[in-house]
Amino acid sequence: MKGPERDPAHLGPAEIAALRRRFPDSFRPAWRGRLLAVLALAGLVALAGYAMVRLDFSATRLLAGLGRLGEFSLLMLPPEAGGRAWTFLQALAETLGIAFIGTLTAALLAFPVAFLAARNVVPNPFVHFTVRRGLDVVRSVDVLIWALIWINVVGLGPFAGALAIACADFGALGKLFSEAVETVDGKAAEGVSASGGAELHRIRFGLIPAVLPVLGSQVLYFFESNTRSATIIGIVGAGGIGQYLSELIRVLELRQVAFLILMILVTVAVIDAVSGRLRRTLIGGAAR
Amino acid sequence: MPERITPLPPDRAAALAGAYGAAVAATRRRTWAGLAALVVLAGLAAQAAEVRPLVLAANLGRFTDYIAQILPHLTLANLPGDLAEWYWGWPKWLGLLGETLLMAYLGTLLGALGGFVLCFSAAANVAGSRTACFLVRRGLEFCRTVPEIVFALIFVIAFGLGPMVGVLALAIHTTGALGKLFSEVVENIDMKPVESLTAAGAGRIETLRFAVLPQVLSNFVSYGLLRFEINVRGAGVMGFVGAGGIGQELLVAIRNFYYADVSAILVLIILTVMAIDLGTERLRHGLLGGLR
Repeated sequence: MKGPERDPAHLGPAEIAALRRRFPDSFRPAWRGRLLAVLALAGLVALAGYAMVRLDFSATRLLAGLGRLGEFSLLMLPPEAGGRAWTFLQALAETLGIAFIGTLTAALLAFPVAFLAARNVVPNPFVHFTVRRGLDVVRSVDVLIWALIWINVVGLGPFAGALAIACADFGALGKLFSEAVETVDGKAAEGVSASGGAELHRIRFGLIPAVLPVLGSQVLYFFESNTRSATIIGIVGAGGIGQYLSELIRVLELRQVAFLILMILVTVAVIDAVSGRLRRTLIGGAAR
Repeated sequence: MPERITPLPPDRAAALAGAYGAAVAATRRRTWAGLAALVVLAGLAAQAAEVRPLVLAANLGRFTDYIAQILPHLTLANLPGDLAEWYWGWPKWLGLLGETLLMAYLGTLLGALGGFVLCFSAAANVAGSRTACFLVRRGLEFCRTVPEIVFALIFVIAFGLGPMVGVLALAIHTTGALGKLFSEVVENIDMKPVESLTAAGAGRIETLRFAVLPQVLSNFVSYGLLRFEINVRGAGVMGFVGAGGIGQELLVAIRNFYYADVSAILVLIILTVMAIDLGTERLRHGLLGGLR
């Protein structure tokens, strides 16, 4: 008896009018929300317009450039090594070496510092505030800038690149590590303290086993992204495949450029696949 | 009523202890094997990257010297004068810094638009066809694997020097990165609204607008802000290849050993990046908290 009355398909005009009267707010358009959305969009667009004017965007330049870009992509085909495949492979190995050693150094340096920056290890707010801001400063300097600085110290070459990646990632990993340490479940650490463990025991047996898989997976993730950074670090002279890449682009040897880009794409895909599997094993091991 | 723990029969206890010992030994062996592999790989990598610890040790003094040299000479007696001398080029530098921020903004906005348009085709649950999904995914992969500086190098030749090139390079890279993240967000939505809208006869655009968009928009904005942070850093070095922003001034200062200028510009960049980080973090927390 009640069923058909409640069925929305059977609502007559009278019932709808009644509903309108009972819930006026649900039927009124939300003018305030819409106005805000429109204003926000207008602000975004206006700023974008200002940016385009300020940054000398011009349709003619854009079109001419696109035309030339089309020509370039035709000139890139087919990719070929120009008899330097072996040199390129060596440069690629150098790139991977830079990424690996840089990430490893950064992780080793960041590991102890992260505990200093974690609130649940060092309760003194002054210490962890200072450490955190220090990490922030290191982190906000780009890899390429670090590379330029290190070139002044150890000279041109891949070593400067490895040091640059180590420095830039030290900041980023330190921050991520300390966040991981802070979000860890504190019960294990409390248990160690309760059974008479000292502060270092608490860290070693209560915190480290819980965070190690997370840290490991973050390090692997950074290694993946560093393979990409290491390919460009040669642009300022810090070793790796970037040196050839920028040189060949400048002299418009576009087929070799295409070859190099293909090599980078394949390498990055392989590294991603391998480290993705490793990461899943690490995290899976932690969950089990 | 004291409870008594009955000890296990000795043979069973011994078997259990043996199994435990074996398990621990296996874990240890695996750890050592992993460490050994790591050390071997590190050795190979060090060989490839020409790591020379002796050079580093010998020249570490130069690093500290360098840091000491780029620090400005500030004295308490004449602080305003020294500061003015340190930041002698501030009108130009601030202008370039503004240009850098605008580059990052425009690059992020254009890239986010590109990612937004493409992400629905790349998400397996709402994609129109599987071929399109595959193609779009590979395309996005290409855009985000090739570093933005490489795009900038090529574009500088095609479009000429200037900040427009930097914006385009950032935009393409951002399209790749955000397209992937956006499509992952779309793949994780609750499909019930989509099904009900489809059942009620809505077309593709209507389904996306009223069933998908409300679920994903806050995450999209949050990822966009995160990307803006990254792009501010990226835009800071675009000038190294002639693609606009403050990077060019920094490169000139470092290459020509204008020590005080290096620190002045670096401090500007560091402060800007930190301010942007803090600001976007606030915004993101407000956004995700407010919409939940």
